[in-house]
Amino acid sequence: MFRFIVRRLLQMVLAFFGTTLIVYALMFAGQGDPIQALAGERPVTAAQRAYLTEKYHLDATGVGGFFYRYFDYISNLLRGDLGESLTGRSIGDILAAAWPVTIRLALIAIAVAVVFGVTAGVLAGIRRASIFDNATLLLTLLVLGIPTIVLAPLAQYFLGVRWQLFPPTAGADPDFFALLLPGIVLGSLSLATALRLTRTSVAENLRADYVRTARSKGLPNRRVVSVHVLRNSLIPVITFLGVEVGNLMSGAIITEGVFNIPGVGFNLFRGIRTEDGPLVVGIVSVLVVVYLVSNLVVDILYAVLDPRIRYE
Amino acid sequence: MSQHAVRPTPASPTPPGGHLLEVRDLHVEFRTGEGLAKVINGVSYHLDPGETLAVLGESGSGKSVTAQAVMGILDTPPAHISSGEIRYQGQDLLGLPEAQRRQIRGRDIAMIFQDALSALNPVFPVGWQIGETLRQRLGMSRADARRRSVELMDLVQIPAASERLGDYPHQFSGGMRQRVMIAMALAMEPKVLIADEPTTALDVTVQAQIMDLLADLRRDLDMAMILITHDLGVVADVADRIAVMYAGRIVEHADVRSLYRAPAHPYTKGLLDSIPRLDQRGGKLSTIRGLPPNLMRIPSGCPFHPRCPYVQQVCVDVVPHDLVLDDGRTSACHFAQEVRDDRVS
Repeated sequence: MFRFIVRRLLQMVLAFFGTTLIVYALMFAGQGDPIQALAGERPVTAAQRAYLTEKYHLDATGVGGFFYRYFDYISNLLRGDLGESLTGRSIGDILAAAWPVTIRLALIAIAVAVVFGVTAGVLAGIRRASIFDNATLLLTLLVLGIPTIVLAPLAQYFLGVRWQLFPPTAGADPDFFALLLPGIVLGSLSLATALRLTRTSVAENLRADYVRTARSKGLPNRRVVSVHVLRNSLIPVITFLGVEVGNLMSGAIITEGVFNIPGVGFNLFRGIRTEDGPLVVGIVSVLVVVYLVSNLVVDILYAVLDPRIRYE
Repeated sequence: MSQHAVRPTPASPTPPGGHLLEVRDLHVEFRTGEGLAKVINGVSYHLDPGETLAVLGESGSGKSVTAQAVMGILDTPPAHISSGEIRYQGQDLLGLPEAQRRQIRGRDIAMIFQDALSALNPVFPVGWQIGETLRQRLGMSRADARRRSVELMDLVQIPAASERLGDYPHQFSGGMRQRVMIAMALAMEPKVLIADEPTTALDVTVQAQIMDLLADLRRDLDMAMILITHDLGVVADVADRIAVMYAGRIVEHADVRSLYRAPAHPYTKGLLDSIPRLDQRGGKLSTIRGLPPNLMRIPSGCPFHPRCPYVQQVCVDVVPHDLVLDDGRTSACHFAQEVRDDRVS
């Protein structure tokens, strides 16, 4: 197990450098005049140009120059300095304000997926081919079929504007209630997937040989299902939810955009729109780390849940 | 289809208190998307204390389904017990509510399964799984259940039992896993042990060990055993009586010696002839031609007639009743006497 974690950590380092390099290249390599991009429409004086060229090492050109700046960026990053966005704000400060909001949003979404998705999935799996099973199948297909970019404005319009059940937008420093509707929208996709996964897993495990064995021990059906079947059925579900936490952190771009939530996705979206290279690269670098760590946690969790899996 | 009368099964008359376990004219159907499969079509057998009954047949002959009906662990639906009785100590189990039925499971009648790897829960340690019965059914404390689990594992000769309590099923060899399975079944000291192909998934050398263990345990713990198998070789040393099943019926029922000496049903004869024998080396192995019938379309008359080398017109037209031979055996063949005496051509 220890060797597995060490190896995975080394892989994570490689993946981290690989992804940041690609994102950095995409953001900066194609850029014409970064100093003009920084200044926008305003003219740049020769003194300013010389200062900025010096500061960002723009005098080195070509592939060599690119890697020089990339390693410069990475070494700052490793010291915890994400640099400044083109708007002059420290990216570290932007992320420090945005992360708590996004984490709260993701937790609401995961809670929705776990509470409703897993519960309904277990019931549908036990009562396979019942009305409940068929109804949930239909509903989940509907949810899975509608992209978030459609679902989010629809929910905002009907639940927020027309019927005014929820605040239609969140705004700066949103509270739990303001994040509830976006959280449900964000979690609905995970909910639908978790439901289908749980349902299939429970239905499959109910037919397993060890269930027959548990029954032949004279255990009540309640115990057979809640201990033997559930423990096995939830292995893939928990794995999925673990990966999903990582996805939700980064996948909230549309939801945060629609509901005007000042989270990570919102800032990333703004960075892309305004061609704010340092901001985009900074956010993506952090997202890469979050994603890699959550995947590692899932892999370790998998080995804990399923004793047949031992990483060597 | 003609329903034939229930008649006593051979080898022993009904004792005054009734048999320990008796299956009477059991019919089980499976309702599937493709139609109705008649899986069990009037099976009757009995078991007395301390004896071993072998139920022999190809896969799909209904031997496991009958056992699962006895245990009450058939999946219903798709399975449906359409008629018959399963009496344990005189009480019809099929009439009992599930709560009472459950009490008998494990405590009076226990079962071990073919593939212990899939029959044991992969995510719980074996000690936990053996102890679960003790904790849940007998209300034992964790510590007591642990102690008793070690005893049970010792009983089935698992080396270093106390160190292996925390191991998971996949960490055991096939034979050791089957021993765990047996230990689990013995937890409540059942009076009847049903062993459903307990050695099929094992190496030949291990098969013998497990069969010996089962035979010893049956004797030492004074249990009765139903041994389900398709392997004639396994049966001879262990069983007292044999019931041969085909297409959901018992086609021949006899004590081991007379059955091996002179089978009275063409199907049994075919099975015995298809065992490779050292004294006939070089010759072609004889087989039973054809395939077992589709249970949704069981052939008319005798279900074995399309494969039977002695088939006559009567076999196609008339369902044979259990013919009781002079030595108390039964055979569901119109020509049972002739087959047994080898007078057919």
